[in-house]
Amino acid sequence: MTSIVFYFQVHQPFRLRRYSFFDIGVSEQYYDEAENERILRRVAEKCYRPMTRLLADLIARHDGAFRCAFSISGTALDQFELWAPDVLEQFQALAATGCVEFLAETSHHSLAFLADRDEFAAQVRAHADRIERLFGRRPTTFRNTELVCDNEVARAAEALGFRGILAEGADHLLGWRSPHFVYRPEGCERLKVLLRSYRLSDDIAFRFSNRQWSEWPLPADRYAHWLHRLGGEAEVVGLFMDYETFGEHQWEDTGIFAFMEHLPGLVLAQPDFRFETPAEALARLDPVGRLDIPYPVSWADTERDLTAWLGNHMQRAAMDALYQTGRLVRGAAARRPDLLERWRRLTTSDHLYYMCTKWFTDGDVHKYFSPYGSPYDAYIAFMNVLDDLDRRAREAVGERTAAVQEAAR
Amino acid sequence: MRVLMLGWEFPPHISGGLGTACLGLTQGLAALGVKVRFVIPRAEGDEDAEHLEELIGCNRVPVAAGILAGGPMAGAVAAVTPERSATVAGAGAPGPATEAKAPPAGAAAPAEPPPGFESVVVDCLLRPYWTEAVYPGGRAPGAGAAAAGRLQETLLALLDGRAELLPGLAPKAGAAAATGPAREPVAAGRATLPFSGRYGPDLFEEVARYALVVAEIAAGGGFDLIHSHDWMTTLAGAAARRVSGRPLVCHVHATEYDRSGEHPNPRVQALEQLGLDHADRICCVSHYTAGVLRRRYRVDPRKLRVVHNAVTHEEQARDFHWRKAIPEPIVLFLGRVTFQKGPDYFIDAAAKVARAMPGVKFVMSGSGDMLPAMIERAARLGIARNIHFTGFLRGKDVERMYAMADLYVMPSVSEPFGISPLEAMALDVPVIVSKQSGVSEILSNALKVDFWDVDGLADKILALLRRPALRRQLIEEGRDEVRRMRWEARAAVVRDVYRELVA
Repeated sequence: MTSIVFYFQVHQPFRLRRYSFFDIGVSEQYYDEAENERILRRVAEKCYRPMTRLLADLIARHDGAFRCAFSISGTALDQFELWAPDVLEQFQALAATGCVEFLAETSHHSLAFLADRDEFAAQVRAHADRIERLFGRRPTTFRNTELVCDNEVARAAEALGFRGILAEGADHLLGWRSPHFVYRPEGCERLKVLLRSYRLSDDIAFRFSNRQWSEWPLPADRYAHWLHRLGGEAEVVGLFMDYETFGEHQWEDTGIFAFMEHLPGLVLAQPDFRFETPAEALARLDPVGRLDIPYPVSWADTERDLTAWLGNHMQRAAMDALYQTGRLVRGAAARRPDLLERWRRLTTSDHLYYMCTKWFTDGDVHKYFSPYGSPYDAYIAFMNVLDDLDRRAREAVGERTAAVQEAAR
Repeated sequence: MRVLMLGWEFPPHISGGLGTACLGLTQGLAALGVKVRFVIPRAEGDEDAEHLEELIGCNRVPVAAGILAGGPMAGAVAAVTPERSATVAGAGAPGPATEAKAPPAGAAAPAEPPPGFESVVVDCLLRPYWTEAVYPGGRAPGAGAAAAGRLQETLLALLDGRAELLPGLAPKAGAAAATGPAREPVAAGRATLPFSGRYGPDLFEEVARYALVVAEIAAGGGFDLIHSHDWMTTLAGAAARRVSGRPLVCHVHATEYDRSGEHPNPRVQALEQLGLDHADRICCVSHYTAGVLRRRYRVDPRKLRVVHNAVTHEEQARDFHWRKAIPEPIVLFLGRVTFQKGPDYFIDAAAKVARAMPGVKFVMSGSGDMLPAMIERAARLGIARNIHFTGFLRGKDVERMYAMADLYVMPSVSEPFGISPLEAMALDVPVIVSKQSGVSEILSNALKVDFWDVDGLADKILALLRRPALRRQLIEEGRDEVRRMRWEARAAVVRDVYRELVA
C-alpha cells in the first residue's frame, strides 16, 4: 500500500509600503494596503477560488477517496477575512467533508523558532486555536515556516503536543535513504516526520510549464505512472507545494487544472494506491528509523537551508533587531495590544526574503521578484517600520512606568 | 583590425569621464589584438599610451597650410568673417575679402600669404562654419549670411562626396601628406596648428582645426575603420570617412540634451547630428542614451549598439592610505556643478538629512555654473555649517575625497552613463545613484532613487548612515560587482561592432 499525501501551503504576507525615515514617529500606516488587496484579489480569482472548487469536486467525485491537507498562514486568513471571505467559506466547506486536514504552523508565517522560543510557542498555539475555531478540529500535525526543520524544531513540536511534523526530504539529510517512508526525528519519543518528495513535488510546482524540460508537456497519466512505478518501494509520497502553484505560478493555460483534475482517478486506478492526509499517513505508518537533522533544513532553493532569509548582513541585522523590539512590544502589550499584532506581521518570513541578495548579484535584476526595487530598499523600509514600532513600544512602556510611579506616590 | 580612433582627452590629462573611458576601451581592445591609433587635439607626451599603436597629438602634426589658401572654400570662408579673422590673426594679417561681395567659392584665394600666415588662414577657413547662421535655429549675424549659406552648402557637399573641400587630402596610398608639386600651393610651408586640448572658449575653432588635421592623417591610410568619441570629433570622423572611404563608428558618451536639458546649443547639436548621420554604426553608453538618440536625433535603431562603460584595471587596483580626519559622517557629491548633475537635489536632500542628523557633513566637490547658486541655496536652507564646497578636485585629491566619504551620491538629472559611482564602489564607498543614469542599468548593489525624489534620497542617505549592516552589504557586494565589470568584455562588444563593418 502506497499513500499519496498532498499538502498545499496557502500564504500571503502583509507587504510594507516604502515607509521612509521621515514617516518614523509620524505615520502608523506600515502596509501597502492597495497592493496587498490587489494581489490577494488577483490570486483569489486565479487560484484560490477555482482550485478549491476543483478539489471539492474531486472529493465528491471520488467519494472521499481523494484527500489532501492545507496549511493556511494567519496572515492569509486575515486577508481572506478582509477581502475574500467567500474563499474562507470554501475552505470551511472542504473541512466539512472530513477529507481535508488543516495543519498547524506559526500564526504569522515566522521564523520565530530561530530567535525566540516563547514567541514561537505563542504563535503556534494562537494559530492552532484559530484553525480549530475556523475548521472544527485542532491540528495534530505541524509544519514550520518554509518547512524549516531540525531535531530541535521536532522536539519543540512534540513538546507542544503534535504527533507529526513535515520536513524537506533533502538529499544531504537522507543520504542513501528514501524520502518515501516515515521516520522519527532524533531526540523525539513519539513524533514522526513525513518528508517531502522533492523531485515529484517540483515536477508539478516548478517544472510543469517549463518548455525546456524533457518531460514537457507532462500529462497526468505519465505522472501517475511515475507514482505507480514507486510501488513496492514507497510507503508514502509527500507532495508538498505552494497552493499558488495552481493558477498563479502555473497559469491556467499551462493545463495545470486539467492535470490535477485527472490525476486522482489515474492514481486510484491502481488498487495499491490511495490518498491520505498527513495525520492519517503518520498514524498508519511506523517509523522505519531515526532521522538526525542536526541543522535546519528548508524547502527553499537548491541549498535547502536558511540562506534565503538569513544569508546576508542585512537579513541577520534585521532578524536581531526584530526580536529585540519584540521583547519590548510584549512588555508594552498591556497598554498597546495593537502593537503586538503589528510586530507579529513583521515576523512574517517574506520580509527577510525580500532582502535576499543571493540571485540579485548575478546581475539578473529582473528575475528578482519583490514588491521593492531591490533587497536594499526592502531592508530600508523594514528597518524604518521597526524603528517606528520600537519607538511606540518605548513610549507605551514609558507611559506605564510613569503611571506606576504616579500610583505609588 | 586597425582603428583610427578620435578622442578629445586621454589620461592623465582628463577633465571628465571621457578620457578614462577611452583608456579603458582601448586597453580592452588592445587585449583583443585590435590596433588603435588614437588622435587627440593636444598630446603632452606623458599619456598612458603604451597599449596603443600610436597616440597622435594634433598639436604635433604639421599640416600643409597652403592647402587652405587654394581650396575651393577659402574665399567664401574668408568672406564671412573678415573682421574676426583679422582679430584672431593679430596685427598685420590681411582680411582678404569683404562679406557681401564674396566671389564664388574658390575664386578668391588670398594671394601670396606673408610668413606666419598659416594659422591665420586656418582660422579664417573654419570659423565661418561655426557661425550660428550656418544652422537653422542659430542666430544669424546678418552680415555674411549668404556666404555662410554657401559655406554650409560646400561643407555638406564635401561630406556627401559632391565636392572636395581640402585639396591634397584625397585618398592616396603611401604618402603621408600632400607633397606633390602640382598640389602644393604656392609659398605654403608646413606648420602645426595651435591646440589647447581643453573645452575653452575657442572650442569650436579647435574642433574645426582638429577635423582638418584628422583629415590629413586619415588621408595617409593604414586603418580599417574610424571610431570617433562625442561631438568634438564628429566632424573629424565624417571628414576622415570621406577622405579614406573607411566606415565610421560614432561613440556617444553624452548628448547635448544631457548637458543642457531642454536648451541645447544648436551648434553642438548640429555637430552631433552630423556625426550620427554619417556614422555606419553608433555605440552609446546606455539604453537610456539609446532612447535619447532615437527620440531626439531620429537615429535608425538598426545602427545603434549599447556598450556600457566599465572600470579600468588602474581604478580597480587603486588603493589609498588616506584616513578620515574628522569623526562626522561625510556624504559626498563629486562632479560638475551643472544642471545635468542635479546638485540642487543634493543640497535639498542634505537639508532634510541635516535636520534629522545634525552632525552629518556634506561635501560638494567640483565646479560649474550652478556653484554660486548652490552655495546660496545651502545658506538659505540653513545648512551652511553642514556643507563644504571644495571646488574642482583632481588626481590624488579625488581619491582622498572618496576615501573620506561615507557615501557617494550621484543625483544626476540626466546621465548617459556616469562612471564615478563605479570608482567610488571600487574604493569601498557605498553609492546612491539616480534612476536617470545609464550606470543604474547595470548596477545592482547601489541604492537607486528618482532624481526629483528628494525625500527618497534623504531617506536613503539616512539609512546608509544609520544602518551598518546596509553599508557593509553594499560595500562587499559592490566591490565584487565592480570587479566583474571589465573593459575586456565591453571591448569585445565593440570588436563585434567593428566586425559588422569590416569583413
